[in-house]
Amino acid sequence: MEDKTLIELKKEIQNKEISSYELTKFFLNRIKKIDPKLNAFITVTENDSLKKAKKIDSEIAKGNINPLSGIPIAQKDIFCTKGIKTTCGSKMLENFISPYDATVVEKLDKAGMIIIGKTNMDEFAMGSSNETSYFGDVKNPWNLNCVPGGSSGGSAASVAARLIPCSTGTDTGGSIRQPASLTGVCGIKPTYGRVSRYGMIAFASSLDQAGIFTRTAKDCAILLSHISGYDAKDSTSSKKEVPDYYKDCTKKFEKMKIGIPEEFLDGLDSKVAEVFAESINIFKSNGCEIKKISLKNSKLGVSAYQVVAPAECSSNLSRFDGVRYGFRANDVKDIDELYKKSRSQGFGDEVKRRILIGTYALSTGYYDAYYLKAQKIRTIISKEFQNAFKEVDLIIGPTAPDCAFKLGEKLNDPIAMYLSDIFTVSTNLAGLPAISIPMGFKNKLPLGLQIIGNHFDESKILSLSNHYQNLTDWHMQKPDMLGET
Amino acid sequence: MWESVIGLEIHVQLKTQSKIFSSASTNFGAEQNTQACAIDLGLPGVLPVLNEEAVKMAIKFGIAVGANIENNSIFARKNYFYPDLPKGYQISQYEIPIVSNGSINIDINKKVKKIRITRAHLEEDAGKSIHDLYENESAIDLNRAGTPLIEIVSEPDLSNAEEAVKYLKHIHSLVRYLDISDGNMQEGSFRCDANISLKKSNSSELGIRAEIKNINSFKFVEQAINYEIQRQGEILDSGKSVIQETRLFDPIRNETRSMRSKEEANDYRYFPDPDLLPVSISNNLIESIKLNMPELPNDKKERFIKQYKLTDYDTSILVLDKDLSAYYEKVLEKTDLNPKTTANWIITELLSYANKSNTEVKNYPVSFEGLASLLTYIHEGLISNKQAKIIFEKMWNNGEKPQDIIEKEDIKQISDTMEINKLVDNVIKNHYKSVEEYLSGKDKLFGFFVGEVMKESKGKANPKIVNQLLKEKLRNDK
Amino acid sequence: MDKGTVIKIADLAKIEINDKKIEEISSSLQKILNLVNEMNAINTDDVEPMSHPLNLKQELRKDEVLEENERDLFQRNNKYIENGYYKVPKIID
Repeated sequence: MEDKTLIELKKEIQNKEISSYELTKFFLNRIKKIDPKLNAFITVTENDSLKKAKKIDSEIAKGNINPLSGIPIAQKDIFCTKGIKTTCGSKMLENFISPYDATVVEKLDKAGMIIIGKTNMDEFAMGSSNETSYFGDVKNPWNLNCVPGGSSGGSAASVAARLIPCSTGTDTGGSIRQPASLTGVCGIKPTYGRVSRYGMIAFASSLDQAGIFTRTAKDCAILLSHISGYDAKDSTSSKKEVPDYYKDCTKKFEKMKIGIPEEFLDGLDSKVAEVFAESINIFKSNGCEIKKISLKNSKLGVSAYQVVAPAECSSNLSRFDGVRYGFRANDVKDIDELYKKSRSQGFGDEVKRRILIGTYALSTGYYDAYYLKAQKIRTIISKEFQNAFKEVDLIIGPTAPDCAFKLGEKLNDPIAMYLSDIFTVSTNLAGLPAISIPMGFKNKLPLGLQIIGNHFDESKILSLSNHYQNLTDWHMQKPDMLGET
Repeated sequence: MWESVIGLEIHVQLKTQSKIFSSASTNFGAEQNTQACAIDLGLPGVLPVLNEEAVKMAIKFGIAVGANIENNSIFARKNYFYPDLPKGYQISQYEIPIVSNGSINIDINKKVKKIRITRAHLEEDAGKSIHDLYENESAIDLNRAGTPLIEIVSEPDLSNAEEAVKYLKHIHSLVRYLDISDGNMQEGSFRCDANISLKKSNSSELGIRAEIKNINSFKFVEQAINYEIQRQGEILDSGKSVIQETRLFDPIRNETRSMRSKEEANDYRYFPDPDLLPVSISNNLIESIKLNMPELPNDKKERFIKQYKLTDYDTSILVLDKDLSAYYEKVLEKTDLNPKTTANWIITELLSYANKSNTEVKNYPVSFEGLASLLTYIHEGLISNKQAKIIFEKMWNNGEKPQDIIEKEDIKQISDTMEINKLVDNVIKNHYKSVEEYLSGKDKLFGFFVGEVMKESKGKANPKIVNQLLKEKLRNDK
Repeated sequence: MDKGTVIKIADLAKIEINDKKIEEISSSLQKILNLVNEMNAINTDDVEPMSHPLNLKQELRKDEVLEENERDLFQRNNKYIENGYYKVPKIID
């Protein structure tokens, strides 16, 4: 049951081969048994989800069925959910219950899906290993001594461990793609503006995007169509029409020109290079033309990202002051102390570090050298991609420089942590869509292939992903969670 | 030896229905925190969406002051912590404001002086902090958070308190004419900060300035500026330097007090708000707003002078308040009253009552129909001007109609020639000695006879007719 | 990054820094700045800063009141409320 894809489950529910209640109960049981090892969930909404499942079953019996009726999904704990805690992985919001639903939540709700729980994440989405959560580390299902990646570690791990067929995530510098790579699942970050950010707790407003974790590209396509679209409540969302991504990606595969940036191969780990080379061969022998391209300024992306993201987050997180909601320190003698104690006790070290850097980068005398400069670098990187897309349809490369690292390995070296985003950050800076799909293993740990497209070319990305998954079975591999094999 | 250099920053609340970035109501006076929605509260995950009416109002203002309207203006975040600022930043404009480089003219000592407006930009208002409700706590009401403001910044072209007040009144009048704001200083929809510094008379080098915040009446602006000029003058005379700081005006003690040092003040870390996109304003939109602009004070003034033959002084008073000028024209409409005498009546009589009780035109107890009736009675000779003033007082204080008062008190003027002739005959009979003196050349006695007739009639005789008949009678007697 | 700067930005950001930790924070911030300074490898004098990845323009919202009073909902779970007001330690201007 746990290996069934979203498409299969959808069919079974429609054909009444299984009830939503049974399905939800099944996954709840799996979560109960396995999640203690992983800590992928912060909140599991057992009663509410079963109640909703029952309700949906009775609606289905009456003939009222929605496209994804009755299928459970896990929401990253960064999406506001009415009535269910939204913690953002932080002590600051430990007991915060949002009075409204995020647009993404509303849309999936309308499609009939059931929220089974909120997944663990790096605090306020700041991290690449899910080791900064107030609610404890998430473990990689493939090796419990390793990180699952971050910040959407819980969402990725729960799908990889088959605790849930799909989950939502967010990606600001790689927070969907990198954990997808490290846990061997599919994770897509759409074009900036494709999906509404309303109700998605903001980290870096000009970089954040909501996305999906699934095990197959086809499943990804279905969900992407449901969450995409213009939202009048989000001024930065795009009015561009939402295609039927599933239809587009399952069409007969048309020849594509694929670019490989030589900079992505520089100093690449030999095993990763080997696995990647195999993927290239698969594409070459199956209707694709491979072209070497250059994105010579992509390395600057990490530096620019380390300015833009903290700068925007330092401002976005100012609202957490203990006055209207969230954690408030006791025993404070004046307003200044209220702010300082609440924020210092409510936020973890990584969050504080980024707020400080961001504050510095925006301060008088430094704005030009840092924030403005970084925004100019974004223009350069963006133009570079645009030039590349004149020659190729898609750009590929390894998602991450290596497989999952050990817990605690990079925690004391933030720079090393930031560099693990080297292949992913420039797509956020340019607002481009990208997916990570499983491409092989190193030391029994998954490796991911990243496919980057031009703005709004999600169909092309999903088409190539689906093509790859028709020719390989990396995406079918699963970790042994219960010692069953 | 010292010249004062003054610049004003005026915060004007725009009278939109909803807030600038959310759809909550902007109504004044609602119970605390009942008009603060998720966006106004800065809840996690919320996003701002710009109110089109606020943009249109800003454009209207820009057109009215002959300013440049920016085709692609940017919103920026001004970051600082204060409990009535829910997001920890205010969405405002920094570089590329929506309006820039405008000006208005004020009349000073019969000359026209141009006051330049550097910029006017859109921003959101903060909530209210109330410090005297609880003993150890301050209370925060966020109803006002998110109300649209335009901040109008003048160049330091003003040289004294008089000019500053004139400029302020002009802008106040303008925003009401444009119908973009109530301009209610008591309710806080029109707030003024003054930047004041002194410089040596011959020098172009500006001195260190102090900012006086949130002065909420024209009178206080005048007082605050004059106090500040004196204070700074005394400091400089003693050889010390003025500290650059923010000060508050205390109207009870009539002095300014230091609030906080501007140097220590926040580094606002302005940067373009990534949740909002550049506001694109087409030239077509600007043109269409231009075509639909209401008549502005200066144009109305020219028209009044031409059409109604009023003096510059009288027109200035009538035109300053849009509602008053409308009231005036409504009184004239559908009557054939003399515009000049009507204007005079409003300025000397009506305004003295209105100003004493601080009543706004919309709350006048005397409607324009009422005043029109009253003035028509004078015009038709039914009552005298003097009688009308008494009637007006009753109309103002009791809200009665003029015709009711006239009937009740039997104030009607006597205009019947037969009746007046009788009185004239009486007076001539009783003062025949004086009549003889008059006929032999003592012309001044005529006024005495008029007075006697008025006395006989208990003040009710129509003076014009009395004059006329007396002249006839006395001529005949020759 | 010198100690004074760290203290100043911590104050601006309303974050308390333990005296013992200032060294540590200052050095980790400096490391990040070193990474960031790699941006200077390229000349950007003639480059426009990116205002938005897609170059869209701001949509305008119709001026109408759509929100109702939901004060109770927003203030639920907050024990620092009195009579509908949010309370904070007294501020003296």
